[in-house]
Amino acid sequence: MDFNFIQKFLPMYAEAARLTLIIGVIGIALSVFIGLMCALVKYYRVPVARQIASAYIELSRNTPLIVQLFFLYFGLPKAGIVWSSEACGIIGLAFLGGSYMAESFLGGLRSVGRIQIESAESLGFRRLQTMRYIVVPQAATVSVPAICANVIFLLKETSVFSAVSLADLMYVAKDLIGMYYNTWEALLMLVAAYLVLILPISIVFTILERRLRRARN
Amino acid sequence: MSEHIIDINGLVKHFGDNAVIDGISLSVSKGEVVVLIGPSGCGKSTLLRCLNGLEPIQGGTVTLHGEPVIHGDKSLYRIRQKIGMVFQSYDLFPHLTVLKNITLSPIKVQKRDKAEVEAKARELLERVGLSDKADSYPSELSGGQKQRVAICRSLIMNPEIMLLDEITAALDPEMVHEVLNVVLDLAKNGTTMMIVTHEMAFAEAVADRIIFMDGGVIVEEGKPSEFFKNPKTERAQRFLKTFTYTK
Ligand SMILES: Nc1ncnc2c1ncn2[C@@H]1O[C@H](COP(=O)(O)OP(=O)(O)O)[C@@H](O)[C@H]1O
Ligand SMILES: [Mg+2]
Repeated sequence: MDFNFIQKFLPMYAEAARLTLIIGVIGIALSVFIGLMCALVKYYRVPVARQIASAYIELSRNTPLIVQLFFLYFGLPKAGIVWSSEACGIIGLAFLGGSYMAESFLGGLRSVGRIQIESAESLGFRRLQTMRYIVVPQAATVSVPAICANVIFLLKETSVFSAVSLADLMYVAKDLIGMYYNTWEALLMLVAAYLVLILPISIVFTILERRLRRARN
Repeated sequence: MSEHIIDINGLVKHFGDNAVIDGISLSVSKGEVVVLIGPSGCGKSTLLRCLNGLEPIQGGTVTLHGEPVIHGDKSLYRIRQKIGMVFQSYDLFPHLTVLKNITLSPIKVQKRDKAEVEAKARELLERVGLSDKADSYPSELSGGQKQRVAICRSLIMNPEIMLLDEITAALDPEMVHEVLNVVLDLAKNGTTMMIVTHEMAFAEAVADRIIFMDGGVIVEEGKPSEFFKNPKTERAQRFLKTFTYTK
């Protein structure tokens, strides 16, 4: 084990991890927003918008992230739309994540039975009040664990960003292996970096889910 | 003639081509208990649902104190506060304690004082024999207890009429009594009610008037003593026979 190597390139990994995290966080935040919009449009059966949401979800879920990124990074410039690698990463992640988030939100909303809504309305609750006090708290117990799983899934998916020359963790590791042949050290640091990024989030989510499960009793 | 709470006039309700309610007219007076009976699928639930605007209607009118009940209309939020509804399935809010289940709507909808509402809720729970369950969650209650809480949840809104749709139909037999006793107690205290039930002895005990429905219309109506002893129509006779077990 070449500790000099590790020490020398640690800052590079830290920088790449920071980039992965920033792009991951922005992409995931956008995907939550897109997912929520799609879920609401489908839940309330808004004409036209609902069909568009369904088509998007199918397209997004049934194509790999790497293909979506290639389309953004290599395809669209041919049509005159040029993006930076970072923008491609964020948009790609949001595009992929949006559909997963949509399904998670929708699963929660649809888990709340019709009778719950009718009971609330029979008591004089307005639609928004019914949503806020009755539907959302119940939907959350189903949606939140699914959304947490999506966040981890999407953070892991960022590892394909290197394919569009984004200097993320994977990119740095590949680069170093190519230049110095310190394969073991480079891979070890890669695994460690992902664990440092994802493990704390995973632990927080597990605690959150346990709380929710208890609340649902 | 005493004051009418609900007036139903020539009500028609279709599901597609299926005329589930085919011209029903009926009034319920203040303090009156009307029990609706009839074969399964004859439109009893649908009728109750039309009364608080849960279903769009295709003809006729429903009015509460002369004010029309219109599905999808803004006025419904106000009108529904005056109509208490309890369904057959246990429909308590599972994420809230018993006390919160009861107090949420008076606090959020009627904007009443929290302390007043909580005191009132505990009083109601006491009345239905559940004062020790205020902090339990619905999943910790039996079916009969849940239905009693659901009754409290409606009562706390001070409704002018209670609509009860087969509230004991999904209960184990030993729990039917505890719920029906609560309803009998309400009737004694002058609560206006419209009740759908398959418990004929209970219907006879609680009703001021029996309405027998079939095929989307009122086939027969009368005082319970008369109706159960001497049903006039052949259809009512046949219906009542299904409740007596004969070899
Ligand atoms: N949402 C609905 N859509 C279509 N048909 C319905 C719906 N609700 C009830 N029906 C039909 O209306 C009829 C009356 O139903 P219901 O009012 O529930 O009867 P009851 O309560 O007397 O058993 C039944 O034939 C039922 O199939
Ligand atoms: Mg019914």
